[in-house]
Amino acid sequence: MALTLFDKIWAEHRVKTLDDGRDLIFIDRHLLHEVTSPQAYDGLDRMGRRLYQPALTVATEDHVVSTRPGRYGADFENGQAMLDTARRNGRRYGIAYFDANHPQQGIVHVMASEQGMVAPGMTAVCGDSHTCTLGALGAAAWGIGTSEVEHVLATQTLVQAKPKTMRVGIDGCPPQGITAKDIILRLCRQVTIGGATGHAIEYSGSYVRRLPMDGRFTLCNMSIEMGARIGLIAPDETTLRYLEDTRYSPLHDHREAALRSWADLATDEGAIFDHEMSLNVSALAPQITWGVTPDQVVDVDEPVPPSESEVARRALEYMGLDAGKPLLGVPINIVFVGSCTNGRIEDLRTAAAILRGHRIDRRVRAFAVPGSQAVRAQAEAEGIAKIFRDAGVEWREPGCSMCAGINWEFVPHGERCVSTTNRNFVGRQGPGARTHLASPAVAAASALVGAIADPRRL
Amino acid sequence: MPEEAKYGRGRCCVFGLENIDTDVIIPQTELVTVSKSGLADGLFARWRYKNDRIPNPDFVLNRPRNKECRFLLAAANFGCGSSREHAAWALTEYGVRAVISPNFGEIFFRNSIRNGLLPARIAAADYRCLASLADGEGGIDDMIVDLTAGQITVGRLTVPFSLDQVDRMRLLTDTDDIAETLLHRTDIEGFVAADRIRRPWVHQTLWEG
Ligand code: SF4
Repeated sequence: MALTLFDKIWAEHRVKTLDDGRDLIFIDRHLLHEVTSPQAYDGLDRMGRRLYQPALTVATEDHVVSTRPGRYGADFENGQAMLDTARRNGRRYGIAYFDANHPQQGIVHVMASEQGMVAPGMTAVCGDSHTCTLGALGAAAWGIGTSEVEHVLATQTLVQAKPKTMRVGIDGCPPQGITAKDIILRLCRQVTIGGATGHAIEYSGSYVRRLPMDGRFTLCNMSIEMGARIGLIAPDETTLRYLEDTRYSPLHDHREAALRSWADLATDEGAIFDHEMSLNVSALAPQITWGVTPDQVVDVDEPVPPSESEVARRALEYMGLDAGKPLLGVPINIVFVGSCTNGRIEDLRTAAAILRGHRIDRRVRAFAVPGSQAVRAQAEAEGIAKIFRDAGVEWREPGCSMCAGINWEFVPHGERCVSTTNRNFVGRQGPGARTHLASPAVAAASALVGAIADPRRL
Repeated sequence: MPEEAKYGRGRCCVFGLENIDTDVIIPQTELVTVSKSGLADGLFARWRYKNDRIPNPDFVLNRPRNKECRFLLAAANFGCGSSREHAAWALTEYGVRAVISPNFGEIFFRNSIRNGLLPARIAAADYRCLASLADGEGGIDDMIVDLTAGQITVGRLTVPFSLDQVDRMRLLTDTDDIAETLLHRTDIEGFVAADRIRRPWVHQTLWEG
């Protein structure tokens, strides 16, 4: 029978099918961060249970850590208490723990991939909805709640009904300056915020095959923004080249066996998906959100759409925008470049290429937050950090920062931010924050102009 | 109808908005805690309070008759977004027993089931019917949610909701999911033993941290 890539990975991890039809699935990699793990450890303690497979469990710090230069923890008391708990639990249970100052620390979805902790064909979970990012490596990776974190700690498995499958074929050659972020935003607009709920999305097509890894992570990252817990891409030459350079890559010690096992990791000809859709990106313009959900997207040079529904009216009211008026030229206060969506080296290069030799508008405060220590080190070595600093952008330590403001790095109330992150929900970047999701190119261009700008016209 | 067949009876608050995400249900400023309790205060904090934690009288949960609300009726895609289980903890601690919506964010759905909070899926047309019953304060009096029958009743109107048999059982009985899985311990150990040979790189991890 012809199988999809996802079917194959699922089948390989099925310990057994339970009487009620759900599957008991083995989890290869369990990633932890400080915010969604304490109550899980607590549950384990209360029941006197042990951690079943500490070697397959890895923890880092990202959501609560300050990104202020020189930090080693949180900038507020409860945050520090949370980090102390996570560090204590990491030690107590004997798991690998990458704290704020460790050279491999980073946003969990960035560090796990760049260190080679996750590889093709694996299952990986984390108490974080953007775990789907790791699917770019040809893995099945998804976000779970804290009860499920506890379940994986205790059993290294999850009980799950198999998701449905959806294939998104992306073809065409996008114009110069159009990035994976524009493509995934366009797709969110097409599929809508709940449109892929219950599905594992496989991204395929000629565009995806040509796309470097950093862009593939950006694509998979926002699968959850359409409701899909899983997004994945079949591994190919690009994937293998990326893995060669990672520290814990299976290619170092188990090359032959791993390559043999991965050779079959593709959707078979004739395999049936529950849904198929396609997108041609040949004439795509830079994309940006105008509202408060990631599917409220327009071309950057389109006007704000008419507010026909109550949902749109409320979104515009919150965003302080008028229907029918252009978005280009709307003044902004903050620019944020970073996150597990766009905090990788390629993203920083894109922004730096636009900023090089210029200074950002003096009314704008801009943050560049690398996704990991490794990204930070590389950006410093390449001179990117200096370009940011010279442009007047704050160059910070790795972490989630203003993406969700959990570390209290907020977009101030009522201020407008062009952000390379993945969610523009009401208050996501801080109480009263107004977020426009866009690519690093749009973010950098907007920082220079002091208003929403089109990088094609600089 | 035996009393235990029901999931409760009481007032329901109506949230007419689609896509109520977990960032709204429990904002980031309320999240930073290592315990599961104490989160009810932060439920819908941005909507519920004005500055300095003064209750916002316009918010539906704060209207006098809605104080004791037991159910929430919400437009499509309730609980989309983040995986934070804090959303389910906050709702249950506040006293909400069921959320009724045409559909849910998937992780929120699973988190609810695991915390005894019923996520009741209803047809879009039934949502509109129920929502139209809201009174001047944005609530519906005397709603009965019957888990066994899979029905929501208000006066003479009854609408069905869908829920997997497995999830229904999970809500009706106090299951320890981990203990259930550990009954399959031998199968898991067998899987690991075979997998060590098949995919040694999965099991021989070298990270130090
Ligand atoms: S960068 Fe943002 S989306 Fe990614 S893990 Fe951190 S808070 Fe979540």
